[in-house]
Amino acid sequence: MSSVSAAMPRSAAATARDATVRRFALSDAVFRAATRIAALLVLLILGGVAISLVAGAWPALSKFGAAFLVSQSWNPVTENFGALAPIYGTIVTAAISILIAVPIGIGIAIFLTELCPRPLRRPIGIAVELLAGIPSIIYGIWGLFIFAPFLQTTVQPFLINLFHGVPGLSGLFAGPPYGIGLLTSALILAIMVLPFITSITKDVFDTVPSVLKESAYGIGCTTWEVTRRVVIPYTRVGIMGGVMLGLGRALGETMAVTFVIGNAHRISASLFAPATTISATIANEFTEADGEIYTSSLIALGFLLFVITFLILALARTMLLRIEKRTGA
Amino acid sequence: MRHFLRTTAIAVAFASGAFVTAAVAADISGAGATFPYPIYAKWADAYKKETGIGLNYQSIGSGGGIKQIKAKTVTFGASDAPMKGEDLDANGLAQFPMVMGGIVPVVNLEGIEPGQLVLDGATLADIFAGKIANWNDAAIQKLNPDAKLPDMAIAVVHRSDGSGTTFNFSTFLAETSAEWKEKVGVNTALEWPVGIGAKGNEGVANNVAQTQGAIGYVEYAYAKQNKLTYTDLINKDGQKVEPTAASFSAAAANADWSSQPGYGVILANQPGAESWPMTAATWILVYKQPDDATATAEALKFFAWAYEKGGDMAAELDYVPMPESVVKSVEQMWAKDIVGSDGQPLYKGM
Repeated sequence: MSSVSAAMPRSAAATARDATVRRFALSDAVFRAATRIAALLVLLILGGVAISLVAGAWPALSKFGAAFLVSQSWNPVTENFGALAPIYGTIVTAAISILIAVPIGIGIAIFLTELCPRPLRRPIGIAVELLAGIPSIIYGIWGLFIFAPFLQTTVQPFLINLFHGVPGLSGLFAGPPYGIGLLTSALILAIMVLPFITSITKDVFDTVPSVLKESAYGIGCTTWEVTRRVVIPYTRVGIMGGVMLGLGRALGETMAVTFVIGNAHRISASLFAPATTISATIANEFTEADGEIYTSSLIALGFLLFVITFLILALARTMLLRIEKRTGA
Repeated sequence: MRHFLRTTAIAVAFASGAFVTAAVAADISGAGATFPYPIYAKWADAYKKETGIGLNYQSIGSGGGIKQIKAKTVTFGASDAPMKGEDLDANGLAQFPMVMGGIVPVVNLEGIEPGQLVLDGATLADIFAGKIANWNDAAIQKLNPDAKLPDMAIAVVHRSDGSGTTFNFSTFLAETSAEWKEKVGVNTALEWPVGIGAKGNEGVANNVAQTQGAIGYVEYAYAKQNKLTYTDLINKDGQKVEPTAASFSAAAANADWSSQPGYGVILANQPGAESWPMTAATWILVYKQPDDATATAEALKFFAWAYEKGGDMAAELDYVPMPESVVKSVEQMWAKDIVGSDGQPLYKGM
């Protein structure tokens, strides 16, 4: 190679090198532009979705104003719509499901990374990830045909009797037991978001340097202390990411919830009562909605879900930032 | 794509001077009500075997069917709730009834057999309004002096999606209960005072089948297929009637179809000693002066065929065919009102 270039006139070698450099620069520029376009495309789509949602929701939002957010009425006959019941159902089911799924998901992740005998690791890990592969309609059908009757005949009567007469709790677990309702949806959602939280948590736990853990064990820490003081603080951001992903799924899940929530536009104190969520309402009613205000109210619900998801993500980000600042990481 | 194919096919047919070849014609496209979907599918299958022309019917619901025909994306729309005369005129649409069926109350009570209970409209309205909340309520017991009614909370199950079934059901309740008419009203979707919502007839059927003490309303075929306990009803003449094809047709026979524009007669609470009070028809919508005259002519041929030969198939699936007199009147309307761009009628008899 060097003998060839030495044989060529100096200027020719320089020209060839310049050409190569130019080619590289060009391909670099093309690559940069392509990635930038891809990133901008996401913003563009997001903006487009927001704009078309607002445009579609405008007739309802301008007619009902702020009352749309605080009214519980959902009356297609008089065309008087309010979003409070679906908002309540969406937030309560998602919150309960996260409350249940986070401890279990983190528990599974700790077991898999710290305690599990090697041969069991892969089977359990794969089983959890398979949960994520089950289509939501299957969860819905299973929830309606197997889980709801089970709750109706065993768990719900037990809880109603258990808390009967206990102030506060008796209202939360009041009958009659339908089997389907807020709690049933929350439980199904918990199962559905579990694999997201578990597999992300497991992956971030694996990133903790062995040196850190071994030093902690070396000074006599128990497994619990290592997990609590080393692993979890080290992976806080990753865990939060997993929880957010799960929460996003819980907020937007449609099919499974539609099957088991009872689809009633009411806010009840009892967790056993039928309720509705934003996505379930849209799925149920959109095809048959006639009249501009009805359709527009459903689109307004979709817009609200968009806003709620955005707010929760933003909240989580700022929370993380604050933790980072405090710990000086 | 289909349009392109059809255009090409027609062009080729013209070029070869063989326009009569039916085999090259495209499928008939329609969208709308879910209630008649099973019978439309069955008819389409038989029609395809006979003529080679298929039917592409999307059962997306009555509201969706009306939207699609207004947007002219389909040749015909189908709806369980009739369009009003002025809406039909404003959109240049013709409407006619295709087939009928019955809606029945279904219950889940241990020891109660199908047809053992009887209810009337006012009681049914009070149950669905939450005013009657227990099965041993005096109002239910009074209608069923011999029945052993349990001390059990009533779990009301209604539709969560908009539905022609709900429209017809609430029409009956509003006709028999002034309070229902004033507080809840009549529509394809309602603000239900109590109960749980389930999607589709099958959803209501499943929920009733699973919940002890439940009551719901479904198309008769769903009650039969799911072996649910239906109840008898007291009709407008004060007679106790069972839900059968005979009582559904009785309600239709007494209806005055010419009284409403577009045959938009609601069959709920019709007079007649034998009439089932929750009978419902389902309608077809087509343009009076369609852009695509060929497609509409094909669709009318299919409907005429279904009127003439589809009766037995309808009965097999527990639907009720339209009476002879109505079919004749509809076909006369086609020949008069539905015309091509040249002003010639598109329907020329079978």
